[in-house]
Order: sequence, then C-alpha cells, then structure tokens
Amino acid sequence: MVSIKNLHKSYKMGDSSLHVLKGIDLNIEEGEMVAIMGSSGSGKSTLLNIIGILDEHDKGEYTLDGVEIRNLNEKKAAQYRNKFLGFVFQSFNLINFKNALENVGLPLYYQGLGRKERQEKALFHLEKVGLKDWATHLPNELSGGQKQRVAIARALASQPKLLLADEPTGALDSTTSAEIMQFLQQLNDEGKTLLIVTHETDISKMCKRVVRLKDGVIMEDKKIKQVRVKL
Amino acid sequence: MIDFGFFREIFQSINKNKLRTLLSGFTVAFAIMLFAILFGVANGLQNSFNTAFAGDANNSIFIFSGRTTKAVAGMQTGRKIQFDNELYETLKKEYKNDIEFISGRVYKNLTASYKDEKSAYTIRAVNPDHQFIEKTDITRGRYINQLDLKNKEKHIVIGKLVWEDLFKGKDPIGKYIDLSKIKYKVVGLFVDKAEGSDSNEERIIYMPITTAQQIYGNNDYIDQINLTFNPSMTGDQAIAFSNKLKRRIKQIFTIAPEDQAAVRIRNQAQELENTAQFNSVLSILVLIIGFGTLIAGIVGISNIMIFIVKERTKEIGIRKALGAPPSSIKLLITFESILITSISGFLGLIAGSLILDSMKDILKEYFITDPGVSTQLVVLATITLVIAGTLAAWLPANRASLIKPIDALRDE
Repeated sequence: MVSIKNLHKSYKMGDSSLHVLKGIDLNIEEGEMVAIMGSSGSGKSTLLNIIGILDEHDKGEYTLDGVEIRNLNEKKAAQYRNKFLGFVFQSFNLINFKNALENVGLPLYYQGLGRKERQEKALFHLEKVGLKDWATHLPNELSGGQKQRVAIARALASQPKLLLADEPTGALDSTTSAEIMQFLQQLNDEGKTLLIVTHETDISKMCKRVVRLKDGVIMEDKKIKQVRVKL
Repeated sequence: MIDFGFFREIFQSINKNKLRTLLSGFTVAFAIMLFAILFGVANGLQNSFNTAFAGDANNSIFIFSGRTTKAVAGMQTGRKIQFDNELYETLKKEYKNDIEFISGRVYKNLTASYKDEKSAYTIRAVNPDHQFIEKTDITRGRYINQLDLKNKEKHIVIGKLVWEDLFKGKDPIGKYIDLSKIKYKVVGLFVDKAEGSDSNEERIIYMPITTAQQIYGNNDYIDQINLTFNPSMTGDQAIAFSNKLKRRIKQIFTIAPEDQAAVRIRNQAQELENTAQFNSVLSILVLIIGFGTLIAGIVGISNIMIFIVKERTKEIGIRKALGAPPSSIKLLITFESILITSISGFLGLIAGSLILDSMKDILKEYFITDPGVSTQLVVLATITLVIAGTLAAWLPANRASLIKPIDALRDE
C-alpha cells in the first residue's frame, strides 16, 4: 500500500535548514493499523503529511498504491488525495458554516457526484458513525467526540484506501478517545488500512504495529498484540 | 466544473457569511451610488448651463452701435454712430462668402389693438433672413418676405402671446391690427421654441424693415445688424471674422480703432467657446470625482477580498485536503466576488437613481436641471468595479489555491 525508501525532508528556516526526516524506510501493507509514535519534533506529523500528499518530500522514494508520488502538481495531488486518502485531524477541521451532512458530502462533491447521490452516501456514513440524527447540525452544535466522528465519516465518504489520522484523540477526553479508537479498530477489522500519529502510548497499544520515530529516524518498528478497546 | 452544485456552494458561502457579504456588497453599492449621484448632479449643472446659453442660431453675430469715446480725425467724442441701409448692403456685398444670413433690425414700441383688446408690444422691423437667425418657427401663415420689403407692405407676423392677448385663440391670419392708428394685416403667427414657451420672444411683432423705415422716420436707419456666419467656419475663424467686420465698420464710420463703445459685436462663437470651456472644466472635475469614487471603491473591494481570502485560508486548506483542485478554489472565491459586486453594484445604481430622482425639485433651485446619468455610464462603472473585484479576488485566491494544504491548514 505504502512504500517509502530513504525519505528525506528539511525545512528552510531563514538561512539555516532544519533536517526533519533523515532517511525513512517504511512499508505498510493493506489492512494494517499502524501507530507512528514519537515526541514532538520527532518528525511524525511531517511523515504523515508527506504520506497524505499534504506536503512534499525532498529526497527518496514514495509509492502509494503503486503510484510514485513525486513532483505532483496541485491538481494531480488533489486528485490523489481525493481518491486514495482520508484525513482525520486533531482539530477536526470541519467547515463551520456547513452542517454535518454537507461536511461529509464535500469530498464527494470534489469527486463530481450529484447532489442526491452525495446526500445518500454522506447519510450512510453518518449513520455508520452513529450521527444520523445530527445530520443537519452545524459543527458548533456538536460535542468534540461528535465532531471527530463527523470528520471520520467525511474521511470515509470517498472510500479511501488509506485513512490517515493525526492525533485523532488529542483534543478529546479519555472516554471519548476510547469511543473513537474503538470505532477506528472496527474500521480496521472491516479491512481499512489505518495510519495513526500519536504521542500517547495507550493509543499506540490499540494498534497492530508501532513505528517509533526520534529525531527524524525510525528507532523501532514492531508488530504488537492489539489491545481491544472495551467500553 | 461550473454547474448547479458549484453555484449552490457559492450561495451557501454567501448566505452563511452574512457580515462578510454585507461588508463587500456595501462598499460596492456605496461607490456606485456616489458615482451615480455625483455624475448626475454634474450633468444637471451642465444641462442648466447649456439651456441658459442656447436660443439663437449658434453661429450668429449681433452688431450694435453706440457713441464714440475717442476723438479721431478732428471729430469730437460722443458722436452717435448710426447704421443704415448702405452699411447693410456693403457688408452683404463685401462678405457674401462669409455670411449665411443677414438682417437689419429697427425697434419700435407701439400699442396694438384689435377690436376691444389693446396692449403695448415691441416691434422688430427686419429682413426676411431674420427668421433663420432668430430660429423663428412659423405655425400659421408665413414670415415677412422679399415682396413685403420691396412694396413696403403693412404686413406683420405676430408672436404666440400677442395672438393670445388680442385674438383669444381665433384665427388671426388676414385680420387687421391697429398699430398706433395704422392698420396692419397679420400674415403669420410664430412661436419661439428655442427660448421656450411663453418667453418674451413670443411677445414680439415683426414687420418689413422698409415699412418701418418709411412710416416711423422716413429714413434708412438701422438700429442693429444681425447675421450668421458661414457654418463651415471654425470657432477661431468666426472670431477672426467678427474682428474683421468690426475693423471694416470702424473704417466706414471713421472710428478710432481702439474705441470700444462705438461699435460692439456679440459673437455667439465666442460665447460658445466660453461655454465649451466651462463645460470642459466641469467635465474634467466630474471625471476626477467619478474616478476618485471608483478608485475608492476598487481599493475598498480589494481590501475586503484580501481579508476574505485570508479569513478563508483554513477552509481552503480543508477543501484541498479533501481533494479540491486549485481551479475550483479560485473559481469559488472569484465567482462569489463577481456575484456580490454585480448585485450590489446594481442595487447601488438603483439607490443612486432614486436619490437623484427624489432630489430633482430641490436641486432645481441650485441651478441643476434634470440631474441624471446615462445608464451606459453607470453600467460601465459597475462593470469596472466588478472587474476590479474579480481581479482583487483572483489574485489572492490564486495565491491561496497554490499554497501547500498543510500550510493552509495550519492557518488560524
């Protein structure tokens, strides 16, 4: 699914440059649930952004579902994001003047689907995250957990091959976090490939594989026995 | 890409962000409204000015005589200069290529009576050409003609107000009017459209100049000579021509060249030039004001658009993360701007017109007639603002659509 070889990324900071990723090698197979761990500044979010084609790498190879990602123009990048990827962010990133249903339908709009089909699909995914009755509510009328579930529904709406989550529980209390993680596990059970960036050990234990980053290199990459969330 | 769903997106964005919409809409509407009002008022001012100076043929030259103020060739000052038929014939002959129409004028004030009605009027005894110099419109009968002149006929042409006074609306043609005990036959009735209805021009009675010269003095005196110059002359040529006339007349009557009072000439070309000058100054002023307003509007809408794009950066990032291509982002923001600017521009145009219309009567007291601005001009101004708004939206939208989504998402 994801194949990364000797990936480098640095940021220009005025005159000096900050080397964030220093040669990453990573392969993710279909159906995996991978946690990327690391303290802040370890480069874990940068790695996720590059995998999500939200950012570009400087050196190395990155292949997503057999397609080499290299020097894409914005149009192509947008197409791949829409086709291959679903995003879940720490701060939800819902559009605040659109209701839950419209937010979930947005990736489908960019796929060129008609309004009716969009609404049907969006409603289906909202139902899946248990928020069918909240379809017409605006984001500011929803709780944090509900917002994140709307965001997950939106990420799923375009039926991506890979779901990327950047600290998906970072802004949530522990009960809500558990709910979200349980839902993500359930998605993985259904065969979805998941990549979760987190700095919480508890969260990483709920995945099937943990990749530990430090100062831009992979320190550790091991499969673990998944802790199932019980509510 | 631009389909029904696209416009639904825009309408939602407009509808859900009312303050933003109102702000940008108000800027444009206000600019267009001010533009319409300013232009309208200035146009009204020009209208008043133009009507005030319209009236006679605009290539006319009026020549008056007075008394000399400078001694010359042994003659005293204060000598009265008296025009006569000889001067008339001389000018007509010597300048026949430069003159279009020419007529003498003899003035008399007489009491006219018909049956029981009686009133005092100004009599103008003229040549047939006078009709064209004064732009007299004959509504019944005819004007003074060459035959009247030759036979010194007691024929008159009366103005509309004279007709109303004396005839109370009955047909005057062929009737006889008493002018200080002498009977004159009415051969024509006229109105003076150029001066407007009920002006004093319509209180005048015309008769053949030869008739007046014989009956009221038995001489060949002329009080005033009116002519129109050849219309193919430019303004400058016309002014040169009137100076030439003046020099010639001074020579004929032995008047000092620097004597300003003995012969006076009023040249419509000169006055037209003055009017045109005033008008062009006014036009430049109006243009400056108009463009100022427009530029203020453009700056306003540009600022707001930059602000809007800034405000929407995060939304743009989200859309891009979800798969929005740059072109859709650009179109979304630009079309929103086009929609807001054109609708509010139209509203501003209506508001401006309504305000101008409601102020019409008040403005009339301030020398402003028919304030109004051509629809074309305001539509052009609106289009200018729409284009400016489009550009103002396009540039930042273009930039925003090209920044990396991760940078846009980080924007707070």
